Amino acid sequence: MRALLLVALAVAVTATTAAEIAPEARRSGYDFASSETRAMQDDDAANPGILSVLQGETLWRKKAGATDRSCADCHGSARTSMKGVAARYPTFDAALGRPVDLEQRINRCRSEHQAAELFAWESGELLALTAFIAHQSRGLPIAARVDAELRPSSDLGNELFHRREGQLNLSCSKCHDDNWGKRLAGSVIPQGHPTGYPVYRLEWQTLGSLQRRLRNCMTGVRAEPYEYGAPEAVALEFYLMERARGMPIETPAVRP
Amino acid sequence: MARVLINLPQRAKRGEIIEIKTLIAHPMETGYRLGNTGTAIPRDIINRFVCTYNGEEVFRAELFPAIAANPFIAFFTTATESGELAFSWTDDHGQTQTEIRKITVE
Repeated sequence: MRALLLVALAVAVTATTAAEIAPEARRSGYDFASSETRAMQDDDAANPGILSVLQGETLWRKKAGATDRSCADCHGSARTSMKGVAARYPTFDAALGRPVDLEQRINRCRSEHQAAELFAWESGELLALTAFIAHQSRGLPIAARVDAELRPSSDLGNELFHRREGQLNLSCSKCHDDNWGKRLAGSVIPQGHPTGYPVYRLEWQTLGSLQRRLRNCMTGVRAEPYEYGAPEAVALEFYLMERARGMPIETPAVRP
Repeated sequence: MARVLINLPQRAKRGEIIEIKTLIAHPMETGYRLGNTGTAIPRDIINRFVCTYNGEEVFRAELFPAIAANPFIAFFTTATESGELAFSWTDDHGQTQTEIRKITVE
């Protein structure tokens, strides 16, 4: 009986200690991709995400809304003004009193400064503009920083990452902290670092946002996915960026 | 007009074998998928790609529904003389998009 209790205790202990990945052991999804997929990402002439980056560059200069202003009219050259910006998003929006991700920030600019119609989530335009802005940070380290304002969001993201959900009763951590590098239905489980978003997924045959990817995972464990823009989704995005702090941005990354 | 990326050397030596890489934005809709209402999404693919070098055809490809979105086509040709390379993609609607790139052969 006692031995049985000890075994049960040991199982309980291993089940609750979700080992966090040591900084030197962190690996981008790039490292788990096939050599063909990596070659596609590395070559700007072959990376299909670059097509969206080029579209984003056009949108950056396109005048929009009642104010007839473009992004460039306020921000100038994205090469300098947007360098490093994607590396520190999501960030706290004082006017809204909550954190916003890069997509939400772009739409804030459209409503506040351009008086233009909002881009729909996952629309080609929003993805293109996000990719163009994030592309300016390619090679720079992720710099998500927790301050007093972002602390609640970071804590919520951390909790959601470790909370078991769905019919399969899995947390993000179960796969991406505890079992990365192993296989799930033939695919390698990566560590889940958001280094290359928006990402060109070969399965999607298009660019997609981090939120789309999160919804994908949640559907996979048979949980109800968060709505686009939900505070939980942004909190999870923030926690993931914090978890990947220091890793270089790869946008637009290519993934299987 | 679809967005296109074409990569080839601007200068080459006579007789040199050069690699040309092309990428075009296109959904390559197979015609086999159903939309939200259950009706089939009509087929819409690029079905032909042709490259001519100073008017002479040097490469041609036929494309089918199994080819992924944003088709990437890379091929080799021999740099024979200075001039123009024309790249044409034709879709199911019969629309052709042509892009021209110059090359200098020394």
